[in-house]
Amino acid sequence: MALTIEKRLGSITVGIAGCGGLGSNCAVALARVGTGHLILADFDLVEQGNLNRQYYFLDQVGQQKVEALKNNIHRINPDIKIDAYPVMLDPDKIRDIFQECDAIVEAFDRKEMKLMIAETVLIHMPHIPLIMGSGLAGWGNNDQLATRQSGNLYICGDESSETSDVLPPLAPRVGIVANMQANVVMEILLGKKGTIC
Amino acid sequence: MRIILNNTEEEIIANTLTINELLRYKNFTFRLLVIKINGKLIRKEEYDTAVVRDGDNVVVMHLVSGG
Repeated sequence: MALTIEKRLGSITVGIAGCGGLGSNCAVALARVGTGHLILADFDLVEQGNLNRQYYFLDQVGQQKVEALKNNIHRINPDIKIDAYPVMLDPDKIRDIFQECDAIVEAFDRKEMKLMIAETVLIHMPHIPLIMGSGLAGWGNNDQLATRQSGNLYICGDESSETSDVLPPLAPRVGIVANMQANVVMEILLGKKGTIC
Repeated sequence: MRIILNNTEEEIIANTLTINELLRYKNFTFRLLVIKINGKLIRKEEYDTAVVRDGDNVVVMHLVSGG
């Protein structure tokens, strides 16, 4: 059974749109289970303030996030194929970069970008599952974090707690939602528990 | 009309409503939403023209910043 799971995941391509708190942690989770091909996109550089939740290290501050994440994943598993795009995503680039994906993980910070990718994927690439993160700021309230599905669209999070000065994004809750997204990717691509073997 | 809103059956005191009217009726105050009527995405520009009718299945998802 383990071999079948490995084989199935090894043939899968997942797009990660944004490599901040959600994207970096989700990508690492998918890498650890042996996802064959990851496509990373983010225009940003690693900053010291990111280290409270994002999968980077102090000595990577100043590096391009997609390159730093590629290196970190390859330290876990050098066999994973990674395409790293240091670009600001827009509708055209999303359609271009992620067209061959089996699933796309939305991992942006700003809600306007979240809406942009939702509209782009739902209208132009409706056959590709989109797994979004919405509502993860602050701490506590484990039970509020949930997954909602509508067709090929999935939203993980509490859909209400927005980041602000008094409600920052922090490792535990961001990590939970990032791993929920990775878990949904596995559920979509492997089937529900028990259906693979 | 009776509709299904976020998987819950709801009785609405109106024959039809536009999406914007429905959002006001239900006191949805979030600024950014993903809305579907019967599985079809309704873009923000269509909130005043897209109409919800008896029997429709409406999904409203909230987008908030953070990631």
